[in-house]
Amino acid sequence: MSTDTPPVEDETEQLSRAELQARVEELESRLSDVEAETGDDGQKMSIIATKGTLDMAYPPLILASTAAAFGYDVTVFHTFWGLDILHEEHSKNLKLSSVGNPNMPVPNVVAALPGMDRVTTSMMERKIDGNDTATIEELIETSLDMGVEFQACQMTIDLLDYDEDDFYDGVRTGVGAATAIQDMADADIQLLV
Amino acid sequence: MTQEFTTTETLDVRGQNCPMPVVKTKQSVDDLESGDVLEVLATDPGSESDLGGWADSTDGVALLEQDQTEMDGETVYTHYVRVE
Repeated sequence: MSTDTPPVEDETEQLSRAELQARVEELESRLSDVEAETGDDGQKMSIIATKGTLDMAYPPLILASTAAAFGYDVTVFHTFWGLDILHEEHSKNLKLSSVGNPNMPVPNVVAALPGMDRVTTSMMERKIDGNDTATIEELIETSLDMGVEFQACQMTIDLLDYDEDDFYDGVRTGVGAATAIQDMADADIQLLV
Repeated sequence: MTQEFTTTETLDVRGQNCPMPVVKTKQSVDDLESGDVLEVLATDPGSESDLGGWADSTDGVALLEQDQTEMDGETVYTHYVRVE
């Protein structure tokens, strides 16, 4: 690189430094505005839970509690059959259907017989128990302890004729799609289950 | 085995499966103070990778050591987590 750069006049250098200083100050002020707008810098996760079968109740709860352990601020928006996960009574009796599930060891024609859901559900419950897997209730209580916010979609509460008192203590009701969108927009991880 | 640290608290999550070892470790760590070392006893084989990953991405904790021992006929995974 050439070292014989032409000498810069003092006045020009002064001016450009002053300009740069002003520019830096302007950028710093804009940065602090942006930081103030985005609020806290904690990581967030937003899950939408739409299913209420025994097998599909697990993923949102396991991910929510684990993300909370990682320090994430977690919200889980429960809508349609996902509401049953938060329903204190229903959550203890979630069912597993083997119809249309090729992973189950029962052919569809047999699975469609009356009472088969009960059979496959108790089979799964025994496996859950034998595998030391936490129950749905334990996962909900633990997640609530860890600060996970469970939201029950108001429109589907009304649609399914549920009562706000049916849900676990600490579940937030009176929320709709806009709340879910806002949480998703703020989140670093968004999942639909 | 010689250890260069002293365990101050023990969390027994034997007989509990994913995600409980990580979740309960986090809950225990929250009650501890800087410098404390938590010993976590688990039977979940996944806890080895899970606790390692959790400690890696969590500020304020360090995974000091992970051991595997046979206890009462089952494999016990022991993890030592220090609160920074």
